Amino acid sequence: MSAILPPSESIWWKTPVGKEEIVWIIIALVWCLIMFAMMPIWHIYGKQNLSNEAYKTTPVQYEAKVNAMTKQHTVRTQSVGGVDIPVVAPPAGSDVYMLARLWSWYPMLELKKGETYRLHLSSLDWQHGFSLQPININLQIVPEYEMVTTITPDTTGEFTIVCNEYCGILHHTMIGKIYVTE
Amino acid sequence: MSQYRICPDSGLYFDRAGESLMKANAVAGAVALLVGGILALLVGLTRWPSVHLLGASDFYMVLTAHGINALIFWIIFFEMAILYFASSSLLRCRLATPRWAWLGFLLMIIGAVMTNVAIFQGNSSVMMTSYAPMEAAPHFYLGMILFAVGALIGCFVFLGTLVIAKEEKTYEGSIPLVTFGALTACIIAVFTIASGAIILIPSFLWSVGIIGQIDALMYRVIWWGLGHSSQQINVAAHVSVWYAVAAIAFGAKPMSEKVSRTAFLLYIFFLQLASAHHILADPGVSSTWKIFNTSYAMYLAVLASMIHGLTVPGSIEVAQRKKGLTNGLFEWLRKAPWGNPVFSGVFLSIVTFGFIGGITGVVMGTEQINLIIHNTFYVPGHFHATVVLGTTLTFMALTYFLIPVLFRREMIMPGLAKWQPYLFGGGMTILSLFMMGAGTLGVPRRHWDVGFAQAAEMGLKFEFPGSAEMMLGLVGIGTVLACLGGAIFLLITVGSLLFGKKIEKSAGLLQSFGLPLAASCYTSEKPEPVKGPAADLEEHGSSGFEAPGTFVLALVLLVTFVVYYFINWKYLSSVWPMG
Repeated sequence: MSAILPPSESIWWKTPVGKEEIVWIIIALVWCLIMFAMMPIWHIYGKQNLSNEAYKTTPVQYEAKVNAMTKQHTVRTQSVGGVDIPVVAPPAGSDVYMLARLWSWYPMLELKKGETYRLHLSSLDWQHGFSLQPININLQIVPEYEMVTTITPDTTGEFTIVCNEYCGILHHTMIGKIYVTE
Repeated sequence: MSQYRICPDSGLYFDRAGESLMKANAVAGAVALLVGGILALLVGLTRWPSVHLLGASDFYMVLTAHGINALIFWIIFFEMAILYFASSSLLRCRLATPRWAWLGFLLMIIGAVMTNVAIFQGNSSVMMTSYAPMEAAPHFYLGMILFAVGALIGCFVFLGTLVIAKEEKTYEGSIPLVTFGALTACIIAVFTIASGAIILIPSFLWSVGIIGQIDALMYRVIWWGLGHSSQQINVAAHVSVWYAVAAIAFGAKPMSEKVSRTAFLLYIFFLQLASAHHILADPGVSSTWKIFNTSYAMYLAVLASMIHGLTVPGSIEVAQRKKGLTNGLFEWLRKAPWGNPVFSGVFLSIVTFGFIGGITGVVMGTEQINLIIHNTFYVPGHFHATVVLGTTLTFMALTYFLIPVLFRREMIMPGLAKWQPYLFGGGMTILSLFMMGAGTLGVPRRHWDVGFAQAAEMGLKFEFPGSAEMMLGLVGIGTVLACLGGAIFLLITVGSLLFGKKIEKSAGLLQSFGLPLAASCYTSEKPEPVKGPAADLEEHGSSGFEAPGTFVLALVLLVTFVVYYFINWKYLSSVWPMG
C-alpha cells in the first residue's frame, strides 16, 4: 500500500500513469524547454550577456598592462587612506584594465556615458568578486585568467565595486570606484 | 543476541547491528546540528547591522564552521542513518558488513572533529568552498577527506545490503520506492565523493607543499562537482523521506511507481554536471558550455523535482480522499494532521522547497540572470530554502517518527513539538526571503560589514539603500526564530532519548502497515520476504483526476515560477549593457 513496500507490479516500468501526472509532465516539460530557449534567445536579442573572451595570464603580465594604461590616461588621483590612487579616463572604445588584489581594486576609472569599453579584469592573488553597485552586475575574478567584457555605462554618477567573493580578513574593506560622466 | 527487532508499532524490522549504526549516525548528526545551529545564531547576529555581534576574524571563522557543520556533517551523518534504514529495515535484511560500517562511522567522526579543530585554531577561515589559492591548514583538507572516505564506506555498505537482500530473497519484486530514492542518493554520493577526492586530495598535497600550485578555475569546476552534487544527494534523500512519511502517516501509495521512479532516474542522469551553474559568472568557460551544462537543453532535473512536487502531495490527497475527505478541492488538506510534527514538517518542507528554494534556484542558475545574483546575499537565501527548509526540516520531521520507532522512547513535550516545525520553518522562511531581498539590492554574501565603516575611514564611501539594512534586520529576526525552533527540536529529541519513557511493548503510537507482527519483539528467524500489495489497477485510467486539489496547487506553483522568472529578465534588462 505504500512507498515503503515493493510495488505491486514487479516490473515498475509497467505500472499505469494517472492522468494529472501526464498533463503535469507535459506542461512542466514545455516550461523547461521555454526556459532553455530563453538563454540563447537572450544572446541574440538581449543586451546583457556574459563575456566569452578570456585569456590565461600571470599576475606580472597583467599588472604590467594595468600600469601601462594607468601611466597613459591618469587624469587625477584620489586619496585612499593616505595613498594616492590614480583615476584613469581611457578613450571611448579602448581597452580598460582593472585589477583586484588583497584588498583593493586598482585603478579607479572614469568612463563616459553611452560609450562602450572593453573592460579587462583579473586578480593578482586570490579569487575576488566584482560587484558593481548600485547597478548590481556581478562577475567572478579568478587569478591567472583575464576576463574581457564590453561594458556600456548608461547612467552617470559614482559607482562602487564591492568585493563579493570572500578573500580573507579585510575582505569587507575592499571597495573600488568607477565614475561615469556625460 | 537475536538478529532482528520487530517494532510492534510500525511492524518494521530492525537488524540489530544496523539499528545501532542508525542510532549512532543520527546522534552524531544531531551533535553536528547543535554546533551548526549555535554558529548560525552567531552568524545571524553579526550580519544584523544593529547587533553586529562578532569581530571580523571571528565572524569569518564562525561562518566557515557553520557551513561545514550544518551543511555537510549534520546532513551526511543523518543520511547514513537513512541509507541503513532504507536498505536493512525496509528490505528486512541484515546489514552488510557492520564492522566496515562502524569503521566508516569512526572515520567520519575523526574527520569531522579534525576539520573543526583546524577551523577553530583560526588558520582555516576559508569558507566551506575553500577556494584555491586561498589556503587552509593541511588538517582542514585531511579531515574533509577522512569524512568523505567514511561516507563512501557507508554508501558501499548500503549497496552491499541491497545485494544481500536480492541474493537472500528478502523481498519480492522491485525494491520499494523509498529504497529506490535512497539508491539514487547513494549513486549520486559516490560520484560526488569521487569529485571531492579529485580536488581535495591535491589541495591537501598542495597545503603540505608537495604540489606547487592549484589552478583556481579548475578548482572551482571540480569542487562544485562535489559542492553541488552533494546537494543533490540531499534532494534525493529528502524526497525519499517525503514519500516515506506520506506512506507512514497516511498509508499513501505512490500515484504511479513509474513516474516517481523515472523522476529519480532523471536526477541521476541530469544533475551531475549541473554544478556548471556555479561557474556562470566565471572567465574562461564559454556560454555554450554554460547554457548546455546548466540545463542539458531541457532542464530534466528540474522537471524531476516538479514531478515529485506533484506526486508526493498527490499521493496524500488520493489517500485522504479514499478515507472520505472528498469535499471540494482542499478538504483533504484542511483536515490533514497539522498538529503532528511528522506531517507538518514534511508538508511545510514540500511547499517551501518548491516555492522558495526550487524557483529561485532555477532563476539564478539561468546564464544571464546570474549576472545580477552571483555571490550576492541572494545565494545563501536560496540555499537556506533548499537545504534547510528542504532537507533539515524534513529530517527533523522524520526524527519525530524515529524517537518511538527506532529509539523506543516516548516523546517528551509533545505539545511543544506540535509548534516546532512552524517556528523553525517560519523563521527560516523569513530568513530566506529577506536574504534574497537584500541580495537583489546587491548586498554581498560572506561579508562582515556592509556598512563599509573601515573603508569609509580610508576615504572610500558606499552605502546600500536603507531598505537593505531593514531587510538584514529581518534576516536577523528570522535567524533568531529559526534557532529557537532548532533549539526546541534538539531539546525534545535529546530530552526524549534521555528522559522519555521507555516503550517496552506496543504503545499504539503509530498505525501498523497491515503487516503481521510476530509475538515477540525480537527474532533470529529469517523474516518473511517483504511483499508488495496486490495490484489494484482499476484505480487508474478513470476519466477524472484523482488529485485535483494537488493539481491546482501545482498550477499555482507554475504561475508563480513563470511570473518570477520573467520579472528577473526584466530586472536584468535594466542594468548596463554588456557582453
